[in-house]
Amino acid sequence: MKKISTIRQYSLGTVAFLMLGLTACAKPPQAANSEGIKLQGNIVLTGSSTVAPLAIEMGKRFEEQHPQVRVDVQTGGSSRGLADTRNGSADIGMVSRSLKPEEGDLTAHAIARDGIAIILHSENPVAELSPEQVVDIYQGQLTQWSDVAGGPTSPITVVNKAEGRSTLDVFLKHFDLKNSEIQAQVIIGDNEQGIKTVTGNPNAIGYVSIGAAEHSIGRGEPLKMLPLDGVSPSTTTLQDGTFPLARTLNLVTQGASEPTAQAFLQFAQSPQVQDLIEQQNFVPIESAPLAPSTP
Amino acid sequence: MQTFEMSQLSSLRRAHRRDRILRHSLRLLGSITGLLVLLITLFVLQEAWPALQNLGFIRFWTDGSWHPLEGSFGLMPMVLGSGLIALGATAIATPLGLLSALFCQCYGPPLLVVPYRRLLELLAGIPSVVYGFWGLVVLVPQINRLHPPGQSLLAGTLILSLMILPTVALLAIASLAQIPSSYWQGAAALSLSRWTTLTRIILPSARSGLFTAVVLATGRALGETMAVLMVCGNVVQVPSSVFDPVRSLTANIALEMAYATGDHRAVLFVSGLVLLAIVAGLVVMAEGISNQGMSSESVIVHER
Repeated sequence: MKKISTIRQYSLGTVAFLMLGLTACAKPPQAANSEGIKLQGNIVLTGSSTVAPLAIEMGKRFEEQHPQVRVDVQTGGSSRGLADTRNGSADIGMVSRSLKPEEGDLTAHAIARDGIAIILHSENPVAELSPEQVVDIYQGQLTQWSDVAGGPTSPITVVNKAEGRSTLDVFLKHFDLKNSEIQAQVIIGDNEQGIKTVTGNPNAIGYVSIGAAEHSIGRGEPLKMLPLDGVSPSTTTLQDGTFPLARTLNLVTQGASEPTAQAFLQFAQSPQVQDLIEQQNFVPIESAPLAPSTP
Repeated sequence: MQTFEMSQLSSLRRAHRRDRILRHSLRLLGSITGLLVLLITLFVLQEAWPALQNLGFIRFWTDGSWHPLEGSFGLMPMVLGSGLIALGATAIATPLGLLSALFCQCYGPPLLVVPYRRLLELLAGIPSVVYGFWGLVVLVPQINRLHPPGQSLLAGTLILSLMILPTVALLAIASLAQIPSSYWQGAAALSLSRWTTLTRIILPSARSGLFTAVVLATGRALGETMAVLMVCGNVVQVPSSVFDPVRSLTANIALEMAYATGDHRAVLFVSGLVLLAIVAGLVVMAEGISNQGMSSESVIVHER
């Protein structure tokens, strides 16, 4: 992932160099006119791999509007996004959760919402689990599906995320668990691996991004999402805020940003990128403030 | 006549010069390779140093569990996991690989041997993530039916043995091919049976090459990451049966490195350092064995 982004960085550099040569003799781009000022330079974003695909798409559209601006997106997890923003090696950090109180030195700019759904194989007859049952299953106190109403007589395979992943953070925080208390049978890395594990094992229980799960169900894979507190996970319940196990995707900055980064932040929170957010199976923030500069 | 000698002399000189250039460039390339290994080791050591200094080397072996964000850093289950997976895979792949090599070199008709060798080469060329994916969607569900959860030491061992089988087989074929044909002819002249020829002459003289093949394959098994990560379940624990999930050192690094910062990152480099040490130990072992083989071979030569 990192390798790709370095290649991208180099190729972007070359493109930027060529573009400079071209724009020198071409007339100024139309978007710059509407801004009044001409934006230029590099914006470096690093952080969460959940936010990165969305940021890349946003960056492409932003570059179309401002041909002298290059947006460079690198992944490495929310923790890296925070660290890079603090030490200045990134202009903007991507963080797939809300900021913690001790991270008050940074400013969060919410761009979208993402929910985490508990997933089962579609052959599993269990229709709902209470939060207490989820906790018991993940703590290894409930080990048989037959202990759950409507469950088959087979042992439960608990699928957990690897340490450091933000999905794990959100899950642990919501159910008030510690990672060392969890008795898992399988530990996975990304969402796709989690989905493959559950679709290949009718007795498995796991949790992944709602976007990723909806995508996989849409492809006809044998997967289902469980409702939580009576609310079924979907784009709609995420948007109206009723689904409890959700997170906000943020761009974070420290102190005052450069004008270019400032413009990108406004752009990322504007209705112009709503279709990109939906394409990535995320949900736009309802009360997204309109960027003052948008036409 | 004189001109002939002159041209001969100058061409000799030219050849000497070319030799010198070749020798120096080979030395340069060789030392770059050596230097790279040294630099990588130093880099890993440097990155791991803060953790070694803050926590001490002992804690990695005495801590009960691996929860780096909660301050416990037990590497032992993962060293054991890596070792068990690699040893299991070697145990399965060695007999299969050696038999494949003997079939190719000594028994099989050329019509079968050529496609069979191509097949082995193809097996060696398949990317590990493909093996892992196949393991996850085909092998793991089958094992799950036998004994849940499916992701297990057994799955990892089976996939890895498939992956290192071509390494063992192809290296063994190469070392069998190095046996001088006079050995075969001598055996035939003495009208020894094929079995006697194999067990008394061919296998003993190829011994060092065969050992090296096995050791290199074990090294490859230890270093394999993607396939192991996908089929082993990655739970940090000492397995009590082959159906229990385990985590290898390589999977540990791959799973957590992208998201790790500070001390967590440093302890991952410590697991890299441990892996490096194990592989280095294996290489030294292989070197020792092949040296031993060399000296016994030279004895044969002297006796001749």
